[in-house]
Amino acid sequence: MNAAPEAQSLRDLYRELVMDHARNPRNFGKLEASTHSAEGINPLCGDKLILYLDVGADDRVRAASFEGTGCVISLASASLLTETVVGMRSTNAARYFDVLRSRLSKAPGGTEPVIDLGKLQALEGVREYPSRVKCATLPWHTLGAALSCSDTPATTE
Amino acid sequence: MSRAEVQLPVADAAAKIAERRADFPALHQEVNGCPLAYLDNAASAQQPLAVIDTIANYQRRDHANVHRGVHTLSQRATEAYEGSRDKLRDFIGAQSRSEIVLTSGTTESINLVAQSFVRPRAGAGDKILITYLEHHANIVPWQIVCEQTGAELTVAPIDDRGQVDLERLYAMMTEDVRMLAVGHVSNALGTINPVEDITAVARDRDIPVLIDGAQATPHMQVDVSDLGCDFYAFSGHKMFGPTGTGVLYGREALLEAMPPYQGGGDMILEVRFDKTTYNELPYKFEAGTPNIAGVVGLGAAVDYLGEVGMENIGAYEQELLAYMTRRLSEIDGIRLYGTAERKASVQSFLLDDIHPHDLGTIVDHKGVAVRSGHHCAMPVMQHFCIPGTLRASLAFYNNHADVDRLVEALLAAKALFA
Repeated sequence: MNAAPEAQSLRDLYRELVMDHARNPRNFGKLEASTHSAEGINPLCGDKLILYLDVGADDRVRAASFEGTGCVISLASASLLTETVVGMRSTNAARYFDVLRSRLSKAPGGTEPVIDLGKLQALEGVREYPSRVKCATLPWHTLGAALSCSDTPATTE
Repeated sequence: MSRAEVQLPVADAAAKIAERRADFPALHQEVNGCPLAYLDNAASAQQPLAVIDTIANYQRRDHANVHRGVHTLSQRATEAYEGSRDKLRDFIGAQSRSEIVLTSGTTESINLVAQSFVRPRAGAGDKILITYLEHHANIVPWQIVCEQTGAELTVAPIDDRGQVDLERLYAMMTEDVRMLAVGHVSNALGTINPVEDITAVARDRDIPVLIDGAQATPHMQVDVSDLGCDFYAFSGHKMFGPTGTGVLYGREALLEAMPPYQGGGDMILEVRFDKTTYNELPYKFEAGTPNIAGVVGLGAAVDYLGEVGMENIGAYEQELLAYMTRRLSEIDGIRLYGTAERKASVQSFLLDDIHPHDLGTIVDHKGVAVRSGHHCAMPVMQHFCIPGTLRASLAFYNNHADVDRLVEALLAAKALFA
């Protein structure tokens, strides 16, 4: 990304790691052996994604993938999600989202559980862009829908 | 007046229009450290001081409920409210004030016609005809009526310039069509539909016509008598008035025959438990205390537009649209959506493979306000097989500098994502 004279918050939003995941999304495409899947829709822009999970008998996510269209933020978030949740127990993955959502929605406070978000910290730039938080959380809403085997598409609303 | 202006009457008119920018306080601010370029007028237009002050003065001095009291304030409020109705009647060339139903906006106006006019007349085997260009507000109310009555929604296609395929539309106007609902101007693409021709064909075939005029009234002189339509719906906030105001024009004979849309106060003559008698037109369709301050403000907006002159506005905006189209076309990697022969000052586009949300965020950083997304017209996006666009929509208070700022911001976005 060109780090020319743009505002710091814009550079924060479109960090290198985010741009990289948006341009070259990991685990993109249908997961043939999926045990869970769900569709996510952002009604604001009409973006759609489908998330696929393969959850083992031990409740751990063995593989994850996604397909769909989206902005830089939602594509990067979905790509990072598919890397992050592999190996997690499905119940932990849902709790992880709660932490991520609160981290993305407001400035960090003292009361939040201390969890290392790893690469997902790269998405923290959306904090300065309330209208873009939903772009980052859509894949995670979809993860929740997939794990709860919901038939209705997940939305950011 | 300078010599150049005397020699160039067009430039003179343009200069006069440009002075109007000063009337809009919201335009004179910085956003993200840059002067605001407000290019989201198709979503909602800014209000001139004349409107803002009229509303404030009404709230400060004249507010009471309308049609209810003998006291002075109620009379003042009623006069101001009903005065706006007369202005709106003149604004669109309606025959009678009975034909001007005040609503919360285009959406309510269309729902009113769907439920009170079409629903009792439609059944299985009947059709409601719309086009691919429509805003969701001119799609979903008809889908609801179709679910209620068993009628079928049919949709006339558009071409790749964003124009309704008239041949197909006319072929679809068969005798089982209970309503033809068509936009005057497309909100997503700016296309001006030939509604005069369409209504002429519809009248020959006895098909009632509703025109969604939400995007037309800010840009052009509308005369419902010339158009020959049965219903015309529009919104206050698109034409420099307040949100929560709008109009349903309906031909008197049709409105007369229609049942009320909602029940409540103000829409009745007499209420008895054995029988309630409804009020006369247009009050039959105005249940409950209306948005009095908003309607009073809308009257001020109509006055204001009258001073500026719709013809002046149209001519100025066409020049500005041509400038914007040219400047945008010069950008490498731009794709314009909506290139109809007749257009209002709206342009949808995409740049390289940058998502409209990312583009919208970056141009906002430069103080440029545009809409990104599907513009409540998802079928239009589906026609072009894209999730959404960026849309710049101009009002008469915009100028070349606003367009230049948009172009600069787009070039910055391009550099950022290069």
